[in-house]
Amino acid sequence: MTAPPVPRHGRASESAQWTARARRAAESAFPPERLLPDRQPAYLGSWVYVFGVISVVSLVWVITTGCVLALFGPTWWHTSSVGLFFNSMHLWSVEVFFFFMVLHLWGKFFMAAWRGKRRLTWATGVISFVVSIAAAFTGYLSQQNFDSQWISTQAKDGINATGAGAFWNVLNFGQMLMWHIVLLPIGVAAIVGLHILLVRRRGIVPPFEVGDHADGAGGDGDGSGDVVGTTTLEVGTAPTVERGVSA
Amino acid sequence: MMHSLLLGSLIDLGGTGHYIHWGFIQLSVANLVVIIAMIVVFALAIIIPFPRHGGKDK
Repeated sequence: MTAPPVPRHGRASESAQWTARARRAAESAFPPERLLPDRQPAYLGSWVYVFGVISVVSLVWVITTGCVLALFGPTWWHTSSVGLFFNSMHLWSVEVFFFFMVLHLWGKFFMAAWRGKRRLTWATGVISFVVSIAAAFTGYLSQQNFDSQWISTQAKDGINATGAGAFWNVLNFGQMLMWHIVLLPIGVAAIVGLHILLVRRRGIVPPFEVGDHADGAGGDGDGSGDVVGTTTLEVGTAPTVERGVSA
Repeated sequence: MMHSLLLGSLIDLGGTGHYIHWGFIQLSVANLVVIIAMIVVFALAIIIPFPRHGGKDK
C-alpha cells in the first residue's frame, strides 16, 4: 500500500491555479448560508421586496411563455385560441413585470438603497430596467401584425436620429427578432441574476434612523452584519446602524 | 363568449385609442390608467402595514 501522492504545489486548498482561486473567491463571496439564507433582518418585512419578487416571478413567466411562442410560431399565436392565450400571457406578464419593477424602483429610490456599498446593486437594477425596455420594444416589433409595422415605421426616425439606425435597424424584422429572442433575454436574465446575487452578497439596505441622511448610515454592506435581532422577521428588532459608513 | 361580449361592450379594446393632450405631452388613456394604478398601489404599500406572523420561530 502506498501513500497518496502529495500535490506538487502544496495543499490543494492553497493551489494557485485559477480554478482554485475562483473557487475560493466564490466560497468567500457566497458561502451557502448567505446564498440561501434562512435568517433575514426584520426590515425585510416590507412590500417593496414583495414588488421585487413579483418582478422576478413575472420575468420567469415572460421567458416561459416566450419559449412556448417560439415553439409554434406566429401563425399559431395569431390564429389558434391556445396560441392567442399564450400570446396574451406573454404580453400581460410583461405588463406585470414592468408595473412591479417600477414600483420596486420607486421604493428603493426613496430608501436610498445604494447606501453601504450597495451602489452596484442599485446600478444593476437600473440597467436591467433599461435593457428590459429594449427587450419589450423589440417584442412589439416582432408581433408580425399591423401594430408592429406601425411601431417600426414610427420608431425608425427616432432611432435614426440617434445615429444608431445604421446598425440597429428597426425595419429589419430578422434583426429585431433575434435581438428579442436571443440577445436581450440573455442580457436581462444575466443582469437580474447579478442583481439578486448582489442582494445576497451585500444584504438588503437597513432603514434610516431618525435624523439620518442618504449619504450615511447604510450598514457595513457585508451581507451578514446587517442581520440583526433574533431569528425571524416577527421577533427581530430594529437594527443598530452605525453612522459614517460611506455609500 | 358572453363575458367577452359584456366586457367588450364596456371597454372597446379593438377600437381607436383615446389620447389626452396637455401641451406637448400626449398620453394614451390606457397608459394613464396604468400610471394612476401604480401610484395607488405604491401609496397603499406605504399605508398598509406588512403582515407579520404571530408566534416565535422554533
